[in-house]
Amino acid sequence: MNIDALIDHIGQHTVNGLFKGSIYALVALGYTLVYGVLKLINFAHSEVFMVGTFAVLGVWSFMGATDGPTLPSALMFIVVGLLIAAAAAGGTALLVERIAYRPLRRKNAPSLVFLITAIGVSLVLQEIFGFVLAKFFGRPFGRLVVGMPNIVVSDPVIRLPGVDITNKHLIVFAAAVLMMIGLDQFINRTRYGRGVRAVAQSPDTAALMGVNQDRVIMLIFVLGGIMAGVASLLWSVSFAVTKFDIGFVIGLKAFTAAVLGGIGNLRGALLGGLVLGVVEAYSSSLFNSNWEDVTAFVVLVVVLMFRPTGLLGESLGRARA
Amino acid sequence: MRRNYLRALGGVALAVALGGAAACQESSSPGGGTESCGTIKIGIFGAFSGGNAGLVLPGRDAAKLAVKQYNAANPNCQVTLVEADSEGSGDKAAPVAAQWAADSAMIGVIGGFFSGESAATIPTFESAGMVMVAPSATRTDLTTLGSKHVFHRVVGNDASQGPAAGRYIKDILKAQKPFIVDDGSAYGSALAVEVKKILGTVAGEDKVQEKQSNFDATIQKVKTAGADVVFYGGYTNEAAPFLKQLRQAGVTAKFVGGDGINDAAFPTGAGATESEGALMTCPCLPAEKSGSTFQQAYQAEYNQPAGVYSAEGYDAANVLLDAIKAGKRTRADVLAFVNSYDKDAVSKHIKFDATGEVEASSVVIWMYKVQGGKIVADQEIPKS
Repeated sequence: MNIDALIDHIGQHTVNGLFKGSIYALVALGYTLVYGVLKLINFAHSEVFMVGTFAVLGVWSFMGATDGPTLPSALMFIVVGLLIAAAAAGGTALLVERIAYRPLRRKNAPSLVFLITAIGVSLVLQEIFGFVLAKFFGRPFGRLVVGMPNIVVSDPVIRLPGVDITNKHLIVFAAAVLMMIGLDQFINRTRYGRGVRAVAQSPDTAALMGVNQDRVIMLIFVLGGIMAGVASLLWSVSFAVTKFDIGFVIGLKAFTAAVLGGIGNLRGALLGGLVLGVVEAYSSSLFNSNWEDVTAFVVLVVVLMFRPTGLLGESLGRARA
Repeated sequence: MRRNYLRALGGVALAVALGGAAACQESSSPGGGTESCGTIKIGIFGAFSGGNAGLVLPGRDAAKLAVKQYNAANPNCQVTLVEADSEGSGDKAAPVAAQWAADSAMIGVIGGFFSGESAATIPTFESAGMVMVAPSATRTDLTTLGSKHVFHRVVGNDASQGPAAGRYIKDILKAQKPFIVDDGSAYGSALAVEVKKILGTVAGEDKVQEKQSNFDATIQKVKTAGADVVFYGGYTNEAAPFLKQLRQAGVTAKFVGGDGINDAAFPTGAGATESEGALMTCPCLPAEKSGSTFQQAYQAEYNQPAGVYSAEGYDAANVLLDAIKAGKRTRADVLAFVNSYDKDAVSKHIKFDATGEVEASSVVIWMYKVQGGKIVADQEIPKS
């Protein structure tokens, strides 16, 4: 226990935690959306994030990105990276739903079958990037960690006493909050969002009212994929590194965040992600970095003991504006 | 109708695949059989795929080269090298060991490359009386795990690598505030402990974990400590992102690691700019210093320069091949031969002590560094 280290740098640890938590929150949205509508834990979602990071790596190498570009070209890399990552991740999520889940739904497969399929899809996607593509194309695919160019060079733009907030922190906070607000408004205010809420509340009634269930399900997979794509761009900008199994730990944490906040609840995913990030940052400072997972899960268990449905409670359908 | 047809087709395909597999099984046993010395097999196992394969493949390829050279020189007595990919894990290596122990044609093993997989297989090989010659497994306690001491290694152990890294940090870098990080693995934490023993007081330390990819908390501790040297005990997959984030956060402290990051993937993962000047120890001789025909032969065979632990892999194979050349055909004879081995090899003079460690006087520890995105030899670390 090193209480001084935590207290002396509490501001910096909070910023670092919120930074990491924002990325967890964006990935958590994918779990929560799918769970809210289908009551399915889509374990393949972590690999959707991984595909996003490789898409960013691909498009940046294609555009000839190097370390520390000028501001206009950095902006261009970020925007193009964002579009490509969102398209790749959204597309992967959609493919997974069409190829893996829809045939099962058609046959009314029991939910355990969905679960094992999700884990299978996750492994298949990992092995495609870690093994199959590596056989044909070599690096950057394969088992080893790959670096990306540093598009944004870390620069403490806001200096408070004891706290440096860098441009990377600001980009990630701003993007995460904007995406959250956008998604929240989309679900709560638009016609499509109403369809999503309707199917989440009662699939059969929604179908009787003329809501096309398949289309709603495709929509939530694409939305979740796009959020994971944005997260993968933010990850690439922040840490500039990826690997075939990069999604595993992040996916696990994001899923934890979703459960912590109340799975099926969009705002819960944001809250859960941020809380988890901060708890991890504090515990790495208080103990050692290898304690962060232990502490994160202890907090999860304790919260679920008192609030079994998470901090904000579950249900996408009942989430109010 | 269509479905039945498909099903039948699938069944046929499955049958063909199974038949094919069975056929492969049979043809994989060595053909010929006209050799005067019967079937002789030696095994080699290690992480030929997976995240840390970069540390292992040059050594395996060098061992293959040694066997190829031996077979070319001894057409009447062919040796088969049986390869098994353990992915670096003891769980995968243990069944392989059991299979080999049951194969009476198998008379010796090159491996393991990593410490964990070696520890997992030593009991099996020990009860089979099968000699193991490891090119790169460096955990200190491996040679004391069994009573028959079948385990031998042609490199120094962590008790020599760790202190050497410590001496380099203390005497050559003249670090005032060293900071120690390890990944909690058997290898990484043991190395960090040895380094700490030499350094005495450290400015701070932290433990990370495998598969971690965000190191903000550790970086904060490094900054607070005002460290001038950061030592990392662990492997490339965590060390590369750690160093990258450390440099991004503006920390300019020297970065030193063990042989776990002496891997071409390390500068690629961390980025050429960020990894420039990073240092890594290795009880492996730089191939270009080996001063024998080995380096040219390796270059000619694989069209690339010999890499990390290739000289050691070559030596390990040759220890076993020399036993076969001397007419040793049983496991007990080969083990006795290896125990009394005493010969100049490519990486060093090889002579084992009673526990299977290579003699301390011939252990060499080199410091390597990253220069222009490539790992090059820096200097040999003085023995005291």
